[in-house]
Amino acid sequence: MAHFDENAKPFSNKWLDERIGLNTLMRVLNTEYWIPKDINFLWAMGMVLAATFGILLVSGIFLLMYYKPDVATAFDSVNYTIMSEVGYGWLWRHIHGVGASIVFLIIYIHMFTGIYYGSYKKGRELIWLSGMGLFVAFSAEAFSGYMLPWGQMSYWAGMVITELFAGGSLEAVGLVEWIRGDYVPGDAYLTRFFMLHVLLIPLVIIGLIVLHFGTLRLPHVNNQEGADIDYEESAALWKAGNRKESKVIPFSPVFLSKDLFVMGVYFILFFYLVFYHFNFAMDPVNFDPADGLSTPAHIYPEWYFLWSYEILRPFSKDIGLIAFAFAQVVFFLLPFLDRSPNVAPAHKRGLFQIWFWVLLVDMIILTAMGKLPPTDPTFAFVGLVSAVLFLLMWPILIVITMFEKKIEKGA
Amino acid sequence: MQEEEKGRRDFMGMALGACAAVGGVGALYAAKRSWDPLPSVAAAGFTEIDVSGAQPNVLNVEKWRGKPIFVLKKSADMKPDDRDVIIGKDRFLIVVGLCTHLGCIPAYQGNEHKFKCACHGGEFDASGHQIFGPPPGPLVIPPFKIDGTKLVLGEEGPEFKKMKDAGLIA
Repeated sequence: MAHFDENAKPFSNKWLDERIGLNTLMRVLNTEYWIPKDINFLWAMGMVLAATFGILLVSGIFLLMYYKPDVATAFDSVNYTIMSEVGYGWLWRHIHGVGASIVFLIIYIHMFTGIYYGSYKKGRELIWLSGMGLFVAFSAEAFSGYMLPWGQMSYWAGMVITELFAGGSLEAVGLVEWIRGDYVPGDAYLTRFFMLHVLLIPLVIIGLIVLHFGTLRLPHVNNQEGADIDYEESAALWKAGNRKESKVIPFSPVFLSKDLFVMGVYFILFFYLVFYHFNFAMDPVNFDPADGLSTPAHIYPEWYFLWSYEILRPFSKDIGLIAFAFAQVVFFLLPFLDRSPNVAPAHKRGLFQIWFWVLLVDMIILTAMGKLPPTDPTFAFVGLVSAVLFLLMWPILIVITMFEKKIEKGA
Repeated sequence: MQEEEKGRRDFMGMALGACAAVGGVGALYAAKRSWDPLPSVAAAGFTEIDVSGAQPNVLNVEKWRGKPIFVLKKSADMKPDDRDVIIGKDRFLIVVGLCTHLGCIPAYQGNEHKFKCACHGGEFDASGHQIFGPPPGPLVIPPFKIDGTKLVLGEEGPEFKKMKDAGLIA
């Protein structure tokens, strides 16, 4: 039996340490979890995301108390009960809607930060893969949540997206009807997507967040120069009091204070949107109740799905589906498609820098084109060119990174 | 660890694992069946419509299995087609009113005799054939049975079976 100090006061630090290893836990996760000094505010996006997920969870719990997952009552439970009867129900809904939209903005910033600084490369592949897993889980969470108000956009987005599972010419109608539990999205469909949205997918997300943090612990976060830091040496310097010479700082409380500052700025913007500009996250078409016999004049997804939607749209059905499926998974392959040995920011990697900015701009163009109606031939052409360019970017990446010169790192 | 003990411990693991695997497969089947459409949903799949009052070139939209069904009585200036459903002396276009691209409802433009889909720009003529844009096939003909001037949707009548055999329904 382990040693227990009889004089330790219940729930004192010592008492807890002897029972659940509190000090070890604090050391491993906080005071001796070393973060490089050479990072900028973009490294705070992870904690910003964690905080936003927390806010989505809390606001979701309050919405859950009055929401009714039934095709006859869902629309009114959101637009009447929650919005005008429940005290501050509007607040939870606007937080939830704005949060769902903004969380994707931060996810994209977080992703492109990782791409720019090469944070997915050797030793950090699992960080990237678990992060992409989170992106997929958040996408599923956003889609299933979008069904719940059961407005016109909910219904028709549900119709179009589930139709994708027919696999084009494979005509897997049975699979689509199985997913829906009906010939068209109906009551069974709404209730099962409600289950996915409030339980199954959030559980997956929480599990993936834990995994994502876990994959970060041994390789440590990257830094602005991609420098290979000797963590033991730097940690020893810090612990010996040579804080200026050390290249690292402890996660808590030192780095966390910087995170908290960035979060503070972020939440000012966030709550400005919630209170004064929430309409961008509330599509007006979705304030018409779902009607299976009338398609809205123009169906488009939320902004964060537009780029991949635009990759689907300009091609014939089967090719479009293949291109769309490719776009959904290709980011997973990034650590393996990038053949360069360099862990360095894009501005030190020659052609890769151009590749990075072309990819980013191309995805912004795809996003803009995806929002436009399909009728204008000029924009349809721009969409087609951007979609083809997106697909070509990946073989191009393999080639340019194969010939990338190895950067010799000085001391 | 002694060999004998190891063997006995392995047996416990394998016995539990085998039972769990059988149970797991059973549970997967139960999960699959739970997601299937309910019998009541599947049974509500028959709809009867009366076409005796239809006007030429005026689109009627009926509902069958939650989907819109286009019923269009062809006017004299429309080209006859093998996919037309002949009821009495009149030719009808009877199709599921969902674009074969991704399932939006195309709108009928009576003056052009065309269906146009607002989602991705697909177009169909008055016989349901795709004539422009991404749709991979013509508008789908639902299973039907002709009963006088009435049409039962969801049931395969001889006329439908003939079209199906000729590969005309989709």
